[in-house]
Amino acid sequence: MSPTPSTAVDIAAAVRAGDVSAAEVVETHLAAIDAREAELHACNAVLADQARAAATRIDAARAAGETLGPLAGVPVALKDNMCTRGIPTTCSSKILEGWRPPYDATVVTKLQEAGAIVIAKTNLDEFAMGSSTENSAFGPTKNPHDITKVPGGSSGGSAVAVAAGFAPIALGSDTGGSIRQPAALCGVVGLKPTYGAVSRYGLVAFASSLDQIGPFAGTVADAAATYNVIAGHDRRDSTSYMEPLTPISEADLAGDVSGMRVGIISELLGEGIADDVKRRLTEAADALSAAGAKVEETSVPACIYGLSAYYLIAPAEASSNLARYDGVRYGLRVDADNITGMYTATRSAGFGPEVKRRIMLGTYALSAGYYDAYYGKALKVRSLIARDFATAYEKFDVLLSPTAPTTAFGFGAKTDNPLAMYLSDVCTIPSNLCGDPAISVPFGTGDDGLPVGVQVLAPALGEPALFRVAAALEGSAP
Amino acid sequence: MATPMAKRLTREEVAHVALLARLVVTEAELDMFTGQLADILEHANDVEALDVSGVDAMAHPLRLRNVFRDDVIEPTLDRDEVLSQAPAAEDGRFRVPRILGEAP
Amino acid sequence: MSLPDGWVMVIGLEVHCELKTATKLFCGCPNMFGDDPNTNVCPTCLGLPGSLPVLNHEAVELAMRIGAALNCDILESTFHRKNYFYPDMPKDYQVSQYDEPINLNGWLDLPDGFRVGVTRAHIEEDTGKSTHVGGDGRIHGATHSLVDYNRSGVPLVEIVSEPDMRNADQARAYVTELRAILVATGASDGRMEEGSMRVDANISVRRSENDEFGTRCEIKNVNSIRSLGRAIEYEAARQIALIEAGDRVIQETRHWNEDQGRTITGRVKEDADDYRYFLEPDLVPLDPSSEWIASVRAGLAVLPATRREAVAAATGADAAATAVATVVDLELDRLVIAAVDAGADGRIALARASNEVAAEADAGRALDASAFTALVKMESAGELTATQAKTVLGELLAGGGGDPKTIAAKHGFEAMDTGALDSIVDEIITANPNEWQRYKDGDGKVTGFFVGQVMKATGGQADGKAVTAALVARAKG
Repeated sequence: MSPTPSTAVDIAAAVRAGDVSAAEVVETHLAAIDAREAELHACNAVLADQARAAATRIDAARAAGETLGPLAGVPVALKDNMCTRGIPTTCSSKILEGWRPPYDATVVTKLQEAGAIVIAKTNLDEFAMGSSTENSAFGPTKNPHDITKVPGGSSGGSAVAVAAGFAPIALGSDTGGSIRQPAALCGVVGLKPTYGAVSRYGLVAFASSLDQIGPFAGTVADAAATYNVIAGHDRRDSTSYMEPLTPISEADLAGDVSGMRVGIISELLGEGIADDVKRRLTEAADALSAAGAKVEETSVPACIYGLSAYYLIAPAEASSNLARYDGVRYGLRVDADNITGMYTATRSAGFGPEVKRRIMLGTYALSAGYYDAYYGKALKVRSLIARDFATAYEKFDVLLSPTAPTTAFGFGAKTDNPLAMYLSDVCTIPSNLCGDPAISVPFGTGDDGLPVGVQVLAPALGEPALFRVAAALEGSAP
Repeated sequence: MATPMAKRLTREEVAHVALLARLVVTEAELDMFTGQLADILEHANDVEALDVSGVDAMAHPLRLRNVFRDDVIEPTLDRDEVLSQAPAAEDGRFRVPRILGEAP
Repeated sequence: MSLPDGWVMVIGLEVHCELKTATKLFCGCPNMFGDDPNTNVCPTCLGLPGSLPVLNHEAVELAMRIGAALNCDILESTFHRKNYFYPDMPKDYQVSQYDEPINLNGWLDLPDGFRVGVTRAHIEEDTGKSTHVGGDGRIHGATHSLVDYNRSGVPLVEIVSEPDMRNADQARAYVTELRAILVATGASDGRMEEGSMRVDANISVRRSENDEFGTRCEIKNVNSIRSLGRAIEYEAARQIALIEAGDRVIQETRHWNEDQGRTITGRVKEDADDYRYFLEPDLVPLDPSSEWIASVRAGLAVLPATRREAVAAATGADAAATAVATVVDLELDRLVIAAVDAGADGRIALARASNEVAAEADAGRALDASAFTALVKMESAGELTATQAKTVLGELLAGGGGDPKTIAAKHGFEAMDTGALDSIVDEIITANPNEWQRYKDGDGKVTGFFVGQVMKATGGQADGKAVTAALVARAKG
């Protein structure tokens, strides 16, 4: 038997060809987890028994001559805010500690039907609220490139799982950058698909009009293969695209960008962005030019207001989505003499400070007398941002920006000042507000030797263009 | 002209909001949260200068409308599985401490 | 009950009706009353983390029928979240419609012609049900509560009237008519006792000379049309007494206590009801096509008001008459119309349908129209007396049908020929000269004596009216 390949595409091919068994693939990855999990704490749960059982089934299916799915035998890690039936899904919160959902998220079903093997539930900022995974109730995750640094967030665990080789692919969720930013900080590929391209059924909601599930991977091709499996209409999600989506093709992944019009967003190259990050962005732009793309700077004026609009809209929706955690039907209950006392005691004990902060901010933004000034206005700002991006996409096929303003920062560097933490998302937030897809591709390192990511943005359902450019960048990365 | 945003957020407003959200905060937390939330809201004031007159609210990125399901029965959950996750159950129902008032 | 002089009562009603769909509003769980607790639940109607709603097409169809039946504009609409904490609410928000509801600006005419405006009729999801343990079943005094989510997510339409009603009779008539409309359209089965139709009343009073509305109270927990009347009258009296004593009416929600016959203060308002409505991001707008709307309007069942008019036109009765309302309410109008169409006497048809048939309404609904028609014709032609007709009708109903002529023959109900009747009348007159003299002198009370005697002599087969006519004729000549 050959050694286990390292990419999902290669593993699937090898398993299909019989060069390696799914059981071996699982053992290889469980060993990788064993080697570094104690140090990195990427996982809330390692599903060794379930993974081995799934591998046995795949191997038996292959032996019986059954057709295997496109990801058969490929281990996948799932952010612990996606429901897995019978397996704890905690959102890294005390309020859901030990909760076992009675159903699977649609993406989990799709992955399993494709033959993928769920190997771990990964750590996150509590309820996906954060940019460093420091807000997890179960302890932070460490960046494998430097364990004194954060991996980014909120999907820090999934980014690290891929970066550290625990699984070739992982799923995260992205509401304001929670896939792309940790992907950049950990040196892996991270995609936020078009809003509506991937079902949200079974994703524990943070901000419903912004959340999307997407893949982490070590390669652009693996991210594409995963996207092709999880994307598509789901009748259980009313916000899911009805029309069939174009799968990413081999042609897209060949990365031929000649003639493509690429716009560098000038507003996202301002003072908030570190010099070393800017340099890498310029190199990336130059690489695309050299490959035949037409690259120039362009302005998307309203995108600077993205943070302000986001930090009113997301908490407002979150304050409502998180109301259900009340100790009545599942999760933590702190008893009291009466129901109101029980609600407040439970929620106060069960939620961490960042979650409480956002719930209160959101409640305020929606409350009587303030709706128009805050939430109502933020929705109009959102329109303006979408309009400016639409204008830019009349002249450009894709846009380019840094993914994160800096390389990975140290633990505790931003925890005293929530606002400073929120600024980590300045480049990623606009895509969530517009519902457009964006991908982060590793492109060299910063002055500190830590990974830098470059972000490619496209209009809604522009994933093929996105992957084309991402493939080109991957091919020319330093 | 745009509606002016509220003056700097007060402790009383934060306390009221905590009550609406069924959260209890200590005095120290109240001070901390008030300061942090006020800072965030002030940062959001940068949109004050934006002219949004004549701009529609965008509550949602999708243009979809009319998504339905047929009126057809689907499998329900097993009650035992559901109640196994309940903090307290009695007689096949979820048990809660006494309720003080009627529903709104 | 009428208000004291100088006072006006203003009543608005909010009626929640459960739609008669097979499944819930946002999920495929059965929409079923009475099943074991928590057996008709799924991630969506339990509000489990990660669950999402998908709108039931049939619920929209039924909501549109209600809108059409209430003369509303049927519009593009959106869903909003109404946020508040309560244990029967699995998400601690209710998905409802706020400022863009599906049905707007309609009306409903009471049988007497009085028009009550319908502000809106919107779609929303129902909550679960709590039972309170440890006290007498009510919230106050309970030690704990138990929650069943079978009802959570059941589709509701909330119908809000304009505050156009001025007394309890109008309120009762509104609810009665609305219920009949809901049943006729197939949208709901309107069972107040099962909770598939729930009525809340908003009541205020003011002195006649004031223009402004008084402070209103919302009254909940009214479980029957009769209770509605009692509750309204109690509440009006309570408010008037308060104002006359120099106190203010406090705007609040009160609960009707059927046993004690009074309204009681409900929730203590610990925080103002700030529902923080915002657009439901898990759903998309509802924009029924003009074809769909047109087909709903065109396909609307015949409504009670139309049926009452038809009965009135056929029988010459007043559309607002009780007999007409009874016959339509019990779905016996088909019998009356069929009889009149076949040339039978409408007045008699209505009388029999609204009395004898109404008393056996189930049998009446199954009764063959031609049998009923034949019976009415026999009575109007004088072949049967009213009494005999009632007997035959009773047998038709009990037997589930039959031939009136055969039944009449079986009883020996032959039409009495006039000659035979005349000789018997003459015999009775001859046998009772004193009574006859009193009759001729104008003592109307003696009529009954003679009719009775003739009836006895004919074994009940004489037609009372014919006997009276015979007496009159002889007294003249």
